[in-house]
Amino acid sequence: MPNNKNETTGLIGWIDERFPLSSFIKNHLTEYYAPKNFNFWYFFGALALFVFVMQILTGIFLTMHYKPDAALAFASVEYIMRDVSFGWLIRYLHSTGASLFFVVIYLHMFKGLMYGSYKKPRELLWLFGVLIFLLLMAEAFFGYLLPWGQMSYWGAQVIVNLFATIPFIGPDLAEWVRGDYLVSDATLNRFFAFHVIALPLALAGLIFGHLIALHEVGSNNPDGVEIKAVKDKKTGIPLDGIPFHPYYTVKDLIGLSVFLIVFASIVFFAPEMGGYFLEHNNFVPANPLVTPDHIAPVWYFTPFYSILRAVPPILNSQFPGVAAMGLSVMIFFLVPWLDKSPVRSIRYKGLLYKKWLTAFVLSFFVLGYLGTVPSNIWGQFNSLLPLLGGGDVATFVARIFTAIYFSFFIFMPYYSKKDKTKKVPNRVTMP
Amino acid sequence: MANGNKKIDLNRRKFLLNATSVTGAIGATALGVPFVSSMLPSEKAKAAGAPVEFDVSSVSPGQIKTTEWRGQPVWILNRSKGMLLSLEANSNNLSDPDLKVVSQQPKYCQNATRSIKSNVLVVVGICTHLGCSPSPKLDKKGDMGAEWEGGFFCPCHGSKFDLAGRVYKGSPAPTNLVVPPHKYLDDNTIVIGEDQEEKA
Amino acid sequence: MKKLILVICLLITSHLSLGAGDIQLLKAPVNLEDKKSLQRGARNFVNYCLNCHSASYMRYNQLQLIGLSEETIKKDLLFTSDKIGNPMSISMDAVDAKKWFGAPPPNLTVTARSRGADWIYSYLRSFYRDPSREMGWNNAVYKNSAMPHILWELQGEQILDQKTKKLSLKVPGKLSTKDYNQFVGDITNYMVFMAEPNQQKRKQIGYYVLAFLLLLLVLAINLKKEYWKDIK
Repeated sequence: MPNNKNETTGLIGWIDERFPLSSFIKNHLTEYYAPKNFNFWYFFGALALFVFVMQILTGIFLTMHYKPDAALAFASVEYIMRDVSFGWLIRYLHSTGASLFFVVIYLHMFKGLMYGSYKKPRELLWLFGVLIFLLLMAEAFFGYLLPWGQMSYWGAQVIVNLFATIPFIGPDLAEWVRGDYLVSDATLNRFFAFHVIALPLALAGLIFGHLIALHEVGSNNPDGVEIKAVKDKKTGIPLDGIPFHPYYTVKDLIGLSVFLIVFASIVFFAPEMGGYFLEHNNFVPANPLVTPDHIAPVWYFTPFYSILRAVPPILNSQFPGVAAMGLSVMIFFLVPWLDKSPVRSIRYKGLLYKKWLTAFVLSFFVLGYLGTVPSNIWGQFNSLLPLLGGGDVATFVARIFTAIYFSFFIFMPYYSKKDKTKKVPNRVTMP
Repeated sequence: MANGNKKIDLNRRKFLLNATSVTGAIGATALGVPFVSSMLPSEKAKAAGAPVEFDVSSVSPGQIKTTEWRGQPVWILNRSKGMLLSLEANSNNLSDPDLKVVSQQPKYCQNATRSIKSNVLVVVGICTHLGCSPSPKLDKKGDMGAEWEGGFFCPCHGSKFDLAGRVYKGSPAPTNLVVPPHKYLDDNTIVIGEDQEEKA
Repeated sequence: MKKLILVICLLITSHLSLGAGDIQLLKAPVNLEDKKSLQRGARNFVNYCLNCHSASYMRYNQLQLIGLSEETIKKDLLFTSDKIGNPMSISMDAVDAKKWFGAPPPNLTVTARSRGADWIYSYLRSFYRDPSREMGWNNAVYKNSAMPHILWELQGEQILDQKTKKLSLKVPGKLSTKDYNQFVGDITNYMVFMAEPNQQKRKQIGYYVLAFLLLLLVLAINLKKEYWKDIK
């Protein structure tokens, strides 16, 4: 158990009598015992926190110059890019940070799926995580409207209209979200409020909860072994645990350096990332009268957008597609209860889970790619074919992979129980 | 290194820790530079505060005109002979008649009339006390009392300045009014906001 | 499983194109190190484009980045009443412009980032005579573009072969084809610069930042190795 006794003197001692400074450092850094067998995948939690702080910092400085006004927004972004000293750097750090945030979060979530980090007692930790992911998507969506380019505008228009498909209340709801009959100045102004204060505040709170939950139950590891099960008889310290500081702070510094090299390479040499991080059409000011030829959401939304497009309208309603898209994110909440496997880590799970996880990741990539391109990209089926005749090939492929995506979750209780697992060792294995 | 791979070398550890900390601190400081400098006046602000030209010949002797530079009022006062004479008489009543506070005027105006051409005073019309704009009271006596030699009076806290913008003793304002950098393009045109080239 | 492999192959072979339109875009001669070309481009842009199009996010004084002195900018590129810190805006009213051209000519400051350099270069080379159009001009890259061919005196008149979709010069202009291509190439080059005046500086800073981060990485790796000697 962490030592909460105050043995400090001087200024620290003075503070410790009034505020749990030393015990906080002990509980969360110097005497937080993390499994010693963390691998590559365990960098991304710390990196996500780093990117969050960077986004807040760059965001504050962008807010000093940005104008949330439909008549001024686009020009104020160019003002930041040109007239503000180093404004271009701050803006690129923010726009690149947004995309890399999702890269890091997706890898972080994949780690959880691989090593069963959601299984008892870490269900709540996982729920916090999925909630953070959900709010992060909202945060990114609100933020994407702010540059007030064509993609900002029409992206927001399309997404807000998704709400309009909800039976009965839809149209009124969409109007309420926009505050107007179309995406307009009113919409921009409220999205700005959500983006710069409401969601960051909520995210900060949830991230705090995520960390508290983590440090309460302790970190999982690539072996899925509970390190608290084998403790030193005298000290009560897990035999496979090492203090987070200094061992993981110095290790995370390597991860951070590599990440920063990737980050800087993009910011300084390819800030548009070929149109994926900053879309070409977003350099055209928003025009409510002209829709660009091809609207695609930013890459991190495209897997879900593909699912939306893949589901055909039922009874003339687009709602099933919208519901499927919503479900494709929400379903992550259920994972802790869908997985019936007796073991946590993929290392001791059988071939069945490995196959399913591979299929899921593949479907995520394929759907992600298809979301960036028009649905007629692969042409149409021969019109003589039964059922498929005349349909878009890409839409058909998207449907198959949507089915695979959902099957991964829906059949999880079944295949995770049936899977042949290996025996989990008592102690962690070092690479 | 060959056999000591697992040997713990505390000196090496300390050295690496210090080197990494210093490097990290340098990096963090360097990252701070763009953020701090982004709060400086932008190109837009600089363009709005760019030097302004003014035709001095439009001000007849004894008259004053106001122009704007960097959003501040700048007075151009064409001092008559009588006005210039009165300047000399004031010296004893002034806080800083010898212009010891050199920041209040450029080098080339560090003279008895605080100007390039003796008759043309160019001065920022902002009181050095708390930033109000004083009112010109150019005529002698008048509502300023019998002693008044002509000058400027700040309505906020009663600071008084003479016709060279020098502050009178007993005023709350600590220093003389600021003479902005300016130069003559030709006989009649001045540019406010740009320094005159130094003559060797 | 076979289906998956097929899809992967499709993914790899299919390329991402941004819908270039009917004709293959020409490669624009963009070289931001070529100050002479950028300066010629800036002059051409100011003389020919800046009458109808504004570039109002760009300030004239940023032209110093391509080696033009303050005096040259004032003398050659500015109207006498303008200041060097002014943006490159135009006096044409947007409402008038809409009446004359059907659509207000777009602000060109960041067009190189939305359309791409190759598009601009190809567009400026692809005007052809089309009597069916109100202004008498059409464009092979951008069908029914509202813009007339304002450079026709320089390029001459092209016609489009409707079958082969090839352009050919019918009436030569003041400039040879080679000179005209260089002329619009310079404009394109300048527009790439104008879309992001800080891009050269950005890359320069980038090298220093990467060098610094590599140093940090080397230190971090050694530091971690040293500390992890403790861990059995």
